[in-house]
Amino acid sequence: MSIAIIQFGGSNCDLDVLHVLQDVVGIDAELVWYKEEDLDRFEGIVVPGGFSYGDYLRAGAIAARTPVMNSIKKLAYTGKPIIGICNGFQVLAESGLLNGALTTNEYPKFRCESKLLRVETKDTPFTSKFKKGDIISVPIAHMEGNFYADEVTLTMLNNNGQVVFRYVDVNGKATDEANPNGSQENIAGIVNAKKNVLGMMPHPERASEDVLGSKDGSKIFESMAEFISQS
Amino acid sequence: MQYQADVTIKLKSGMLDPEGTTIKRALEHLGYEANSVRTAKKYTIELQAENIHDARENVQEMCEKLIANPIIHNYSISLRELE
Repeated sequence: MSIAIIQFGGSNCDLDVLHVLQDVVGIDAELVWYKEEDLDRFEGIVVPGGFSYGDYLRAGAIAARTPVMNSIKKLAYTGKPIIGICNGFQVLAESGLLNGALTTNEYPKFRCESKLLRVETKDTPFTSKFKKGDIISVPIAHMEGNFYADEVTLTMLNNNGQVVFRYVDVNGKATDEANPNGSQENIAGIVNAKKNVLGMMPHPERASEDVLGSKDGSKIFESMAEFISQS
Repeated sequence: MQYQADVTIKLKSGMLDPEGTTIKRALEHLGYEANSVRTAKKYTIELQAENIHDARENVQEMCEKLIANPIIHNYSISLRELE
């Protein structure tokens, strides 16, 4: 079992994800440069955070149109699990693999802090190790994390159980105060209709060891590893 | 023929424009009044095409495939022939 961690010019969370997958979760992972066109040997993909192509044009826009994306789309179609984290979420949204768009934070500031998230469903390859309603602590670090989708798309995401994480307060309520970026309905992470592609703005790889103050994030990668070993 | 296309990308009306709002606030600090400020990005593209119709189709495709994100943006194209 091996997971590909995709590197674009400007990715900067690639090595953190590699460390967590190999040394914390204990699964094989490999860094893959964006020019790679064959990903068939991998069982899963992580598109890590960073500033691919300097966020030129729009965050994620240029990375979403590189050769490796065709192979990622192919893998997504076959049902293999794919996670996009932060800039990786922006890339997957720009590529059309996920609905909606990530726009500039409502208060246009780069927010870098720990946030509480509520797990909205355990019915995905990435959240099977949680319970529905779990409150987890995972940091964010972004300026374009304001999730936007039109009304019809938003209703569809809610009705299909595609909203995976929401920003909440200590009581587990999705309040305006708990929303760091103006995302619609406090959305922090969504999956595609088949539920094998996850995009999330918070960084689970930065919350995967006790020394980092939270290891809630490791369960996302552990869920993914379990899904792969069972499929 | 050589053409120049000026492509303007705007956030759809009703969408938040935090940069515009910040600029509006800064204008107010300077004593100016503005009912609203909306930002836009402009790209200037020079290209070769058989005629202006082909040039427009080409640039439209560029907008839809890369330059604009149809979920959040509207775009407009202004084309002129270069000497």
